[in-house]
Amino acid sequence: MLGIKGKDLSVFLLVAMLALLAPFLLNPFPVDSAMAQFNAGYPDLMQRFVIFGIFAIGFNILFGLTGYLSFGHAAFLGVGSYAAIWMMKLVSLNIIPGIIMAIIFAALFSVVVGYISLRRSGIYFSILTLAFAQMSYALAYSVLTPITGGETGLQIKPGDDPLLSNLAEGEIGRANLFGLEMGDSAILRAGGWEFTMNVGYYVCALVMLVAFYLAIRIFRSPFGMMLRAVKSNQQRMNYTGLNSRPYTLAAFVISGMYAGLAGGLMVAMDTQVGPERMFWTASGEVVLMTILGGAGTLIGPVLGAGFIKYMENIVSKINSTVLHEWFAFLPDGMEDFLVTIFYPFVGKGWHLTLGLMFMAVVIFLPGGLVEGGQRIASIFRRGKKSGAGDESAKQETPAE
Amino acid sequence: MGILEVKDVNKRFGGLQALGDVNLSVAENTVHAIIGPNGAGKSTLLNCLVGKLIPDTGSVMFAGQSVLGRKPYEINQMGISRVFQTPEIFGDLSVLENMMIPVLAKRDGAFKLRAIENVQDEGELLAEAEQMLDEVKMLDKRHMHAASMSRGDKRRLEMAMCLIQRPKLLLLDEPTAGMARADTNNTIALLKEIKEKRDITMCIIEHDMHVVFSLADRITVLAQGTPLVEDTPERIKGHPKVKEAYLGEAA
Repeated sequence: MLGIKGKDLSVFLLVAMLALLAPFLLNPFPVDSAMAQFNAGYPDLMQRFVIFGIFAIGFNILFGLTGYLSFGHAAFLGVGSYAAIWMMKLVSLNIIPGIIMAIIFAALFSVVVGYISLRRSGIYFSILTLAFAQMSYALAYSVLTPITGGETGLQIKPGDDPLLSNLAEGEIGRANLFGLEMGDSAILRAGGWEFTMNVGYYVCALVMLVAFYLAIRIFRSPFGMMLRAVKSNQQRMNYTGLNSRPYTLAAFVISGMYAGLAGGLMVAMDTQVGPERMFWTASGEVVLMTILGGAGTLIGPVLGAGFIKYMENIVSKINSTVLHEWFAFLPDGMEDFLVTIFYPFVGKGWHLTLGLMFMAVVIFLPGGLVEGGQRIASIFRRGKKSGAGDESAKQETPAE
Repeated sequence: MGILEVKDVNKRFGGLQALGDVNLSVAENTVHAIIGPNGAGKSTLLNCLVGKLIPDTGSVMFAGQSVLGRKPYEINQMGISRVFQTPEIFGDLSVLENMMIPVLAKRDGAFKLRAIENVQDEGELLAEAEQMLDEVKMLDKRHMHAASMSRGDKRRLEMAMCLIQRPKLLLLDEPTAGMARADTNNTIALLKEIKEKRDITMCIIEHDMHVVFSLADRITVLAQGTPLVEDTPERIKGHPKVKEAYLGEAA
């Protein structure tokens, strides 16, 4: 189906199912229950899951396949965002032109950055990309204020009158897709549960599925194989009549375009941009997502992005009051003791939890969450085998 | 006129004269061995042939064209393939994928963005790669992770990757270095078979005299960056100068 088959197809269908059912899957707890704060099924967060998923999928094409660790990908995200918001301010409130412009500008910028940075490899490449991104951030913050809005950033204001959108006098424009507003939602109530189906989320989810599908095709293509060859042995590549430079540049630009797409979508969902989007921590975040999920795997970056965004938005909301509520059933001394222990790991301390999880994954599961999943699956399979009898187990072992 | 003509090549590294006035002519469809003690400049000479180093003076002509100033991948496209001292293969890829890279390179050139096609749909190329693997008796290992194989198998794979490009000249840099006797004999047999079956010129750098004397048609002895003597294996064996500079040293 669609030119992908076997395992790839099942992975794609799995991601498609997860994306389409996310409003339900992420809201497992009734609204009034104590666990409701673990619900992640609200539009804003779901949009972020898939947008950062796109960002990480693109990053993985560069890092996962070629091994070139870019530390400046947030710059392309930012450039895409600025391009998109200008399209919305000047041309049309329809998100399509904005997103297309975002991809084009990110591509142009990544050609320049890639052309220069790819002259070096390893740590020097990383530092060069980091330098470019920090330069972009600093410029957007200061001298480029006329284009970027400086510290305050850009947003759609009353008085912005895009050429192709008929706004009434004084009306503030809202992002739409052929009249369908991104902010529109249908709320489904069932018993104590509440599910929000948001237009913006589903637009993002569809774009993400297209991006994911293209990434699968790239992974399985001759081009993808060449990129893995770059990671494996550039010397042999050069002595096989292949020029590795254009391959790495193409991978760099493609992943830059993915970043631009993510930036454009961010603007489409929330019509504002600030320079902090290009700060180096944002570049570092996508590296974490990719490694945490599993660099070089198809589904890893999506998982990693979801995982980190969940931590950032849900774990960070647990404060000391909530902790006290959880341990209220214990004697007072005990309660205070446990709250003191858990407190540094939640709320504003969520980074600590994330850091520990990240270290644990890197040390014990170098292949990321995907490797964790595979190990669990193999334990499960082994368990089933021994249950079925020793003979079948003996037969299957050599195949592995 | 040989297929490879090296004329008056000099190469200095700081105060060290690595190559001094090297002249070498390799005739087409022969096996030409370059021997010499450690530090004689064998590897430097080889690196000058493939574009990794550029000689200070002199010329290197291959099939009537100069290779100087060209990048390694361009020189490879002219028809020179190289086997390294330690096998250079794509360790993260499977054996079959390793073979697919040169096959794709042969069809698509130095760069082509084929990002949407599927490698599995390249039936003809896959068949070509498998046939080559069959020729070097590695077909049963085609799904193996290349890095997990023995050194001997890595060497065979590397040679297969070079041969599938159908090079006019194959450069071998100590192809049996660090190999067990059995693996060395297998490699000799493989090289003999290649020599008989294909129109190919081989230029081989080797320490192991057993390998050199069982394969070479002509031998050049290099000492301190300069060719000492060039002759047939039979004559080299008894040559007094060679004994003094090289074989004598070993004895």
